[in-house]
Amino acid sequence: MSDNHLADNRLRIGFIPLCDATALIVAVDKGFTAAEGLDVDLIREVSWSNMRDKLNVGVFDAAHLIAPVAIASSLGLGHVKVPIVAPFALGVNGNAITVSPALYASIAAAAEGNLTDPLVTARALARVVAARKTRGHDPLTFGMTFPFSTHNYHLRFWMAAGGVDPDEDVRLVVLPPPYMVESLANKHVDAFCVGAPWNSVAVDLGIGFILHFVSEILPRAAEKVLAFQSRTAREHPDMLARLVRAHARAAEFVEEPGNRDEVAAILSAPNRIGVAPEVIRRTLDGRLKVSPDGATRTDANYLLIGRNNAGRPDPAQAAWLYAQMVRWGQAPLSDDMCRAAMGVFRPDLYDAAVGAAPAASGYINGRVDAFAGPTFDPGNISAHLSSWRIGRVPVP
Amino acid sequence: MDSSFKIVIVDENPIRAAILEDGLREAGHVQVVRIDEMAHLLARIYAIDPDVILIDLENPSRDVLEQMFQVSRAVRRPIAMFVDQSDAASTEAAVDAGVSAYIVGGLRKDRIQNILDLCISRFNAFSRLQSELDRTRSALEERKVIDRAKGILMKAKSLNEETAYAMLRKTAMNENKKIAEVAQSVITAAELFK
Repeated sequence: MSDNHLADNRLRIGFIPLCDATALIVAVDKGFTAAEGLDVDLIREVSWSNMRDKLNVGVFDAAHLIAPVAIASSLGLGHVKVPIVAPFALGVNGNAITVSPALYASIAAAAEGNLTDPLVTARALARVVAARKTRGHDPLTFGMTFPFSTHNYHLRFWMAAGGVDPDEDVRLVVLPPPYMVESLANKHVDAFCVGAPWNSVAVDLGIGFILHFVSEILPRAAEKVLAFQSRTAREHPDMLARLVRAHARAAEFVEEPGNRDEVAAILSAPNRIGVAPEVIRRTLDGRLKVSPDGATRTDANYLLIGRNNAGRPDPAQAAWLYAQMVRWGQAPLSDDMCRAAMGVFRPDLYDAAVGAAPAASGYINGRVDAFAGPTFDPGNISAHLSSWRIGRVPVP
Repeated sequence: MDSSFKIVIVDENPIRAAILEDGLREAGHVQVVRIDEMAHLLARIYAIDPDVILIDLENPSRDVLEQMFQVSRAVRRPIAMFVDQSDAASTEAAVDAGVSAYIVGGLRKDRIQNILDLCISRFNAFSRLQSELDRTRSALEERKVIDRAKGILMKAKSLNEETAYAMLRKTAMNENKKIAEVAQSVITAAELFK
């Protein structure tokens, strides 16, 4: 494409085949981007490393990006420092923790209380881990998608609350989402945390139990964002606003229950997500089969695409993600870095494109709640970090 | 050229991996190991203990390699990405060719610049080969379709081969289509009339 393709409102956007790319895929395939005068070429990618690098070198003008990668890239953690901005949140929540039938049985046997309570399962996991250690068994292995990923942090947050040290007591390994199910089936991992549809695919194959929706661990957790290089955002504000508007309209369309069958059909195309429409429908409805015997669990907040103001990026969420990077030794603790992380999420650009949200929506309160520990206050990360016994925070 | 580097090629495409390996060996690198099986990738890499890792960008396991940057119990030494800020042109060329390289430990990257250059040129050569092959394949397919359509016309209208072909070509020109497309329509129609 020519160098001025952005000025001509033509752009290339990368996506990974996951249900939280829904707003982007629907925006393009249902014509919301065309209605904004944008000519978008959607390109399916295979890895977050590729997505980051192709956004960094300008092969992609925008990307479906996992929120911590956008933050890590902006802070220069683990890779080249390239400032990124996220004016639209593609998904809130949507991840789940799936365990093998054997691990499910062990956790169920060790649990004291209701298995839907993450604190009960995390403590049960601690007992399972301790028993394995006593018997000299190999540590349990958990799959997640990327070192800088919500999945990594969600798994760690959950197990550490029960007393399991994610670096000492178990193994955490990176697995590309399409390999998760296979790895669980052939016992390379005992569990994984991944986005939709992979948890459902494992349950349908009878090789996994969904232990938790991440919405049970954090009621509201930033997941994927629509990411741009800061430079692109500065140089093409009009294009960015159009794209954000198209996404807001697409998200609204997706959240209308009457449109869900059509949305599932669009997403199930082989060049999009490529799984059965029925599996996608379950995800969008938050009504998931959680065990191979057919038991279902419903949570209206399983995956939010635009609903309840989910499309508007919340800087408090970025601060929470940064705090996890600090907690697990990926980033130093610094007020400047925290501010920079929060600056990646740009509600101002969202508001400028779609109009300011009603102030009293109640969904963005500048804090992050969780099933364990005090409510997270982005103004006081140190308090968050010092409230945990397990972590890798360097002593100042 | 320093031939003491141990190089790992992670590629599920055996032909491309072989082309790359040949190139590296020709350039004097004797320690080249290919990995085409993605299970337990990190464990294999740690066992081989390479200085340089080359991986194609179509491979989802690139994300697995990123884990090596993480300082944790499993990682015993630092690893650095080859491409960095000072190197935009090289990065773009690599991304464009579809390959990425990682260097391990304290190797200076100017010492392996020629490895990356070789990688990029071999990957580009492979894509050219691939598209040439695809073109040849589709030309062959078209040829077969045209031959079948000719046969149908010759039988149905008692034409000789030359006239049958001229008929296909004329129709294609009139309808602004490719001869193979018209031939395919003839075959489809013949199937329907069977």
